[in-house]
Amino acid sequence: MSATNTLSGLTADKPGTPKLLSRSAPRPMLRLLVAVVILLVLVSLPFFLAPYPLSLAGRALAFGLLVVSVDLLTGVMGMPSLGQVAYFGAGAYTAGLVGMHLSTSGVVQLLIGTLAGAALALLTGAVAVRTAGIVFLMITLAIGELAHIGVGSINAVGASNGLAGIPPVSVLPGGEPLVVPGYLYWWVLAVFVIGFCAAAVLNRSPLGRSMRGVRDGELRLRALGQNTYSVKLIAYTIAGGVAGAAGTAWVAQTQFISPGDLGFDMAAFALLSVVLGGAGSLWGPVIGAGLVIFVRDWLGGYIEGRGTLLLGVVFVIAVYVLPRGVAGIKWRSLRRKSSES
Amino acid sequence: MLAWFDANTATILNGLALGAVLFLIAVGLSLVFGTMDVLNLAHGAVSLMGAYVGVAMYGAAPTTGMFFLAMVIAAVIGFAAGGILAGMVSPVRNHLRQALLTLGMALIVAELLQEVFGPEVRSVPVPGFLSSTINLMGNPYPVYRLAMVAAGVVVAIALYIILERTRAGAIVRATVADRAMVEAIGIRTKVVLALVFGGGAALAAVGGLLAAPILGAQPGLDDQILLLALVIVVIGGLGSLRGALLGALVVGQVQTIGVSVVNEFASFLLFAALAAVLLFRPQGLLPARKGAHV
Repeated sequence: MSATNTLSGLTADKPGTPKLLSRSAPRPMLRLLVAVVILLVLVSLPFFLAPYPLSLAGRALAFGLLVVSVDLLTGVMGMPSLGQVAYFGAGAYTAGLVGMHLSTSGVVQLLIGTLAGAALALLTGAVAVRTAGIVFLMITLAIGELAHIGVGSINAVGASNGLAGIPPVSVLPGGEPLVVPGYLYWWVLAVFVIGFCAAAVLNRSPLGRSMRGVRDGELRLRALGQNTYSVKLIAYTIAGGVAGAAGTAWVAQTQFISPGDLGFDMAAFALLSVVLGGAGSLWGPVIGAGLVIFVRDWLGGYIEGRGTLLLGVVFVIAVYVLPRGVAGIKWRSLRRKSSES
Repeated sequence: MLAWFDANTATILNGLALGAVLFLIAVGLSLVFGTMDVLNLAHGAVSLMGAYVGVAMYGAAPTTGMFFLAMVIAAVIGFAAGGILAGMVSPVRNHLRQALLTLGMALIVAELLQEVFGPEVRSVPVPGFLSSTINLMGNPYPVYRLAMVAAGVVVAIALYIILERTRAGAIVRATVADRAMVEAIGIRTKVVLALVFGGGAALAAVGGLLAAPILGAQPGLDDQILLLALVIVVIGGLGSLRGALLGALVVGQVQTIGVSVVNEFASFLLFAALAAVLLFRPQGLLPARKGAHV
């Protein structure tokens, strides 16, 4: 098979029926209840967890938001991307620099970091979204790696050593700095919830339907008179903004950012978290992201740094056991239950 | 111009040598993508396995026999790894799930190698009979690097002849063109694909072994090799033998010349070149020809 034949072949899991029209969920009240319970659990984590696991949870949330931005492109729009780390990095470095020189306010950092991510995504996306499939994947790989290498050669941001000495964030300008781990975690959680809700609103908006249209039949969408290039570029820009917001949350949590955080590892794990969680559902990939951080950093801590080995095993098993990702199992068992009852 | 060539002959030859081993490594990735439509992200890890075969078998100065034995063992290990990967991948149709599977395997292999050989950089010696230097325009130049170029040339020609001039090559090309028809004339295409996968992985392992005296053997090298191989096959054209050759020569030169200027500059140049090629010639510089030729 030649390369041209496979250009359109590299797409996310296509559901059996195209989801152009969003069917009403089987039990909307149940879903809302589950969401509220999960949110309550997340909010109450500081009361149960020691500082280190709590900081891991905060990192998992920031990484989860990055994964949400990857899923917007990969799962919802059918364009797998390895380049969201570039916009994550733009947000993180901007937030760090703003924190050091301008304002320690998390709100200000979030706004500027999101804008930085979106602006860089608009600039690079204008070229990248002209392509599709494996060419798009490789272009975004190039974008991510160029950002990774580029930022590592700028001395003003610490080059390969990274940006250190970022002060702790406060919520509002002039507010108390969040040095208590629990407060800091709540701020990261707040950024995550804002970003996730933005992505969910986008997913349900007319633009989100157009994005699924790009995934399921771009030619048809174009035949209907939609300008798919602008759909893709707007979606790419918004996803870049979400990744930028994730970067600000990461920096708020770790108070450090280095080129290593934008490497191929991070890009690949973000994309694979989407696949692991189930591409297209926004919450599945978040669980995938949590699983990646949990296995690699938390379980790995118990077995002397063999977290990566364990992660590899999880990836391989998931391919055979969870053919549609974490999101896939939930739905199937729910449907079976509702058909039985 | 001539003076420049005179001053930089060694650099250009170094680039040629690196390009030759990168060709050995990348061609398997390209052929597996062309035939099976699988982007094997474990390719770099297989290549690193080859490098560690050198670490395990070479002493301080390996003898000629040990060198060739190591090559055979690297090829066998690579072939087995490729066959296993082919078997694991065959029921998985979705590209992203294939990526999850092959990258998962790459993580496992890389971590196990680190477990066995340790996290430090292991240098691999040049075999005794190739360790001399020859006089090249007044400067000494290591013979081993010239041998790498020769190995690349031999493999390129052999692959071309096998794929274009033999019955086995015809079956591989037919499998690419029309799998169902090949099944219908009584050939198990799954076996054909597993053999191609194994062959590509064997070349990658041997390439890793040959490159080890220059690149060394260390954890994390698998990622670098994978990225270089990806850049090569995408610049050259996925699934194309000639493309992999051209891409490897380009990347070899860019890496060597770039590193001699500024270290980070080489990688920057490489990915900028990748982006440029994809934008202006998304099918690659020498795409696979129609009619299932390599």
